[in-house]
Amino acid sequence: MKLIFERSKTGRRGSSLPKMDVPAKNAVPEQFKRKQAANLPEVSEQDAIRHYTLLSRKNMGVDTNFYPLGSCTMKYNPKVNERVASLPGFTELHPLLPQLRRGGALTQGALEVIYETQRLLSELLGFADCTMQPLAGAHGELTGVMLIAAYHKARGNHDRKVLLIPDAAHGTNPASAMVGGFTTQTVASDAEGNVDIEDLKKHLGPDTAGLMLTCPNTLGLFDKNVEEICRLVHEAGGLNYCDGANQNAIMGRVSPGLIGFDVMHVNIHKSFSTPHGGGGPGSGPVMVGECLVPYLPVSRVQKRDDGTYTLRYHCEESIGYIAPFYGNFGIILRAYAYMLTLGREGLKRVGENAVLSANYMRVKLAPYFDQKVDRPCMHECVLSATPQAKKGVHALDIAKALIDRGFHPPTMYFPLIVPEALMIEPTETESKETLDEFINALIEISNLADTDPESIIACPLTTPIKRLDETLAARKPNLASI
Amino acid sequence: MKYYSEAHEWIKVEDDEAIIGISEYAAEELGDITYVELPIEEDDVVVGDTLGVIESVKAASDVYSPIGGTITEVNADLEENPGLVNESAEGNGWICKLNNIDVSELDGLMTPDAYVKYLKSLA
Amino acid sequence: MPYIANTQEDQQAMFEAIACTDFADMWRKSQVVVPEPPLTSIPEGMSEFEVISKLRKLAAKNATELHTFIGAGYYDHIIPAAVSEITGRSEFYTAYTPYQPEASQGTLQAIYEYQSMICRLTGMPVSNASLYDGGTALFEAMMLAVRATRRRQVIVSEAVSPIFRKMLHTYSSNLNIELIQIPAGIDDSSKEELLNAVSDKTACVIVQYPNFFGTIEAWEDFNEQVHAKKALAICSTYPTSLALLTPPGELGFDIVTAEGQSLGNSLNFGGPYLGIMAVTTKLMRKMPGRVCGRTVDSDGKDGFVLTLQTREQHIRREGAMSNICSNESLCALNALVYMACMGKQGFIQVAELCASKAAYARELLLAIDGVEAVGGEAFFNEFVVQLPCDAAEVVGKLIDKGFAAGFPLGRYYPDRKNQLLVAVTEKRTKEEIKALATALEAVL
Repeated sequence: MKLIFERSKTGRRGSSLPKMDVPAKNAVPEQFKRKQAANLPEVSEQDAIRHYTLLSRKNMGVDTNFYPLGSCTMKYNPKVNERVASLPGFTELHPLLPQLRRGGALTQGALEVIYETQRLLSELLGFADCTMQPLAGAHGELTGVMLIAAYHKARGNHDRKVLLIPDAAHGTNPASAMVGGFTTQTVASDAEGNVDIEDLKKHLGPDTAGLMLTCPNTLGLFDKNVEEICRLVHEAGGLNYCDGANQNAIMGRVSPGLIGFDVMHVNIHKSFSTPHGGGGPGSGPVMVGECLVPYLPVSRVQKRDDGTYTLRYHCEESIGYIAPFYGNFGIILRAYAYMLTLGREGLKRVGENAVLSANYMRVKLAPYFDQKVDRPCMHECVLSATPQAKKGVHALDIAKALIDRGFHPPTMYFPLIVPEALMIEPTETESKETLDEFINALIEISNLADTDPESIIACPLTTPIKRLDETLAARKPNLASI
Repeated sequence: MKYYSEAHEWIKVEDDEAIIGISEYAAEELGDITYVELPIEEDDVVVGDTLGVIESVKAASDVYSPIGGTITEVNADLEENPGLVNESAEGNGWICKLNNIDVSELDGLMTPDAYVKYLKSLA
Repeated sequence: MPYIANTQEDQQAMFEAIACTDFADMWRKSQVVVPEPPLTSIPEGMSEFEVISKLRKLAAKNATELHTFIGAGYYDHIIPAAVSEITGRSEFYTAYTPYQPEASQGTLQAIYEYQSMICRLTGMPVSNASLYDGGTALFEAMMLAVRATRRRQVIVSEAVSPIFRKMLHTYSSNLNIELIQIPAGIDDSSKEELLNAVSDKTACVIVQYPNFFGTIEAWEDFNEQVHAKKALAICSTYPTSLALLTPPGELGFDIVTAEGQSLGNSLNFGGPYLGIMAVTTKLMRKMPGRVCGRTVDSDGKDGFVLTLQTREQHIRREGAMSNICSNESLCALNALVYMACMGKQGFIQVAELCASKAAYARELLLAIDGVEAVGGEAFFNEFVVQLPCDAAEVVGKLIDKGFAAGFPLGRYYPDRKNQLLVAVTEKRTKEEIKALATALEAVL
């Protein structure tokens, strides 16, 4: 398909603009003027619309296909959220308004949305307070790590420079720890997929700043020792960080703040139904226990006694500004609408249905695939395509075969400790019929791996594009048409 | 004679100069190599320092120096043609040369036979 | 239950399949033995109609009928209706990151086109798929320079957005980075002082073009001198201004970042925004963030794929170039469609309207008794004026008259309490501008 630049023709115009109603002169001196106009395309509005509409049809989305990407929580994105997020009373609001005198009064609705979302998340997850500033999950992790750093700095714990991270953790954990100025040590998992407590004890010491634990873990399993693990870390003088990427599994059933975690982030583009957008924008609010409240970033949204909302900029011990303003407001709005819709009962039903669906898939697929740990899972099940790999059909091939059958593949090759991993997360918004269709497709593929592996290795065959030469893309990068 | 490290680097010493690369086994494990981040000439390294990084589409592998010394030359051919490492990991796909070396540091490394045995033990 | 498809009957069938009797049994078998939280202060769920009503009321409590003359990096531009039509398509917004390229050529081609637009706009050869926002993009640029030069000192002009500088400060405080901030004038980022501060420990010098006060400055010679000391030159820019101004790629900058909100993204009270980053070819493999490349498939057909992934956290983990995972895909799509709809001529027209209206506004304001010029011989659409009294007070009074008259500099520059930063976009009519002048005169 052509690039938009290839549809361009000199003289074509898309949008219209108001006429110049003031004298044309401006204050851009000749020496600074651009010699050649930026080579943007010239297309009619219809051509632009047609081009991008056709592009959109080359995508799989949750609205068109079952999308069981493990750890991504591809649940339904409610349309009421989109409706409220597009209200001009929100979209047209300049972020600096509340920083002007008398400006706070002009943004009470927006400030209330942020404050209430903070409150709901704190209550749901069992924490004292919350910041909505982090702009994505990894950004939330970095914020949490910086809060831990501030805590130790304030107490003069200059030797506490190590964050402990389980071997199954997502890559953002050690990366965030590094950007936060820490070094990391890896803690092993036991055969059950839980943190190996003996290995943890070996690593705990006077240099321990804390532990970063994904709960439930990246294998989709709940660590029954989680309270003890948290206690051990506290006893050693460290803090406990909960990576809440898998929050969907325990939504309504477990509040990490009540079982020993001091700080946590959630990805609201996962558990709280805001759209993934093809890779962003997201939002990664961070919840904290009392001991970390002083270090939260500024500006903070607070509620006065008279019920009005305000911003607080001067908090002495705050780590400072991690985002330009109050967070990704448009995304926060959607999460707020979601929590209002679900309410207490609805939020409680999320986790249990997500877990039920994932276990259903696990049980049905267990006869055909390996499992690193054969025990009931949480909201996602991790299967290993090792039996199929022996016939020459790898996880990647299975994924491509699923695309041909109208499904977006599950997550592949993660977590790193499971060979030929396929991580399947159905979410609570999918019907049993959809799950059955997917299960049947996987079984069919598994059978073909036995009888006709070539047919799977050749996939995908029905998509506009076949498998791409990624080596070429990395060796000779072509990153733009200029 | 070539010597091998457990991290799959090879090293050959001629006069006072050592030449280093990754083993054929390592190159195969990585798959199609897309980029080699080379060390910088005139840098000093000690045993275990990262000389550079070898990238394939899905993985990135650090290259550790099996010996201490000063980098005298890097294999500039790898900039345009990283695939050389796949074609000839133990020949034209060498990574860098060092001098100011201490040959006694070779004692901890494996002979070609010992390396073959080591590879078998990994399987 | 909202958004849960399965009925009790479905659930029963599934319980049977997994050999559980009910949810309590299921939790036990999954080893979830910790107590259930009460969640008492979370209210009951609402119907869709009630949610919309409630949020409509909250939206109505925000003022959007103000005549907006504030910029400071975030601008009230016209966004064509076509933009939200495209980003509102659920194939785009309900899709995930395009890790399965065969199922995501829509998103991937859009990212490639976005990268191309950014290169054409900035005059740089390489762009990534976007970062969170202009401030974090600037931090990432700083870290890129640190990695590339292996030096740890960073020099920043105080004519760079104070909002961004606060973020740089926060992030640097946990890292072994020396951040030196050099005071600046309105018209002049104190080039001499900046150059004097550059040593063989300096990784980069960071400036803003046009600067935070709106002034356009010459950077070519300056950058040559920065390069002579083997440091990198970084600039944070305003995309709309590049319709008229010499692009930073032609001025010798090594890294260009920007806040992309002005390109088709609503003001949205703080986000989501769009972090733009473009670099030289030399820095390509050290650049953070996702990037999309063009390649061929097994049949030789052109296609797009995320590439250079070995820079990223999911492969390098603590060796990654950054911890960043997501980009702002949908916001980048807004920018892409905006630039396609505006097109080469439309984009220039937007900029010309902004620049002319700003010049006109400045003339009217300076004609008021007591309002003085501060710099302003070379600016795009933003300028500073000096008032005879505290600018924050004046702004407060003008709010009551329906104007967001500008941004009082005293908020971030304590010795500029009487100075006001005023921005004008193509949305402000001649009548609005005249009304602002009249209102300001009345207040003073």
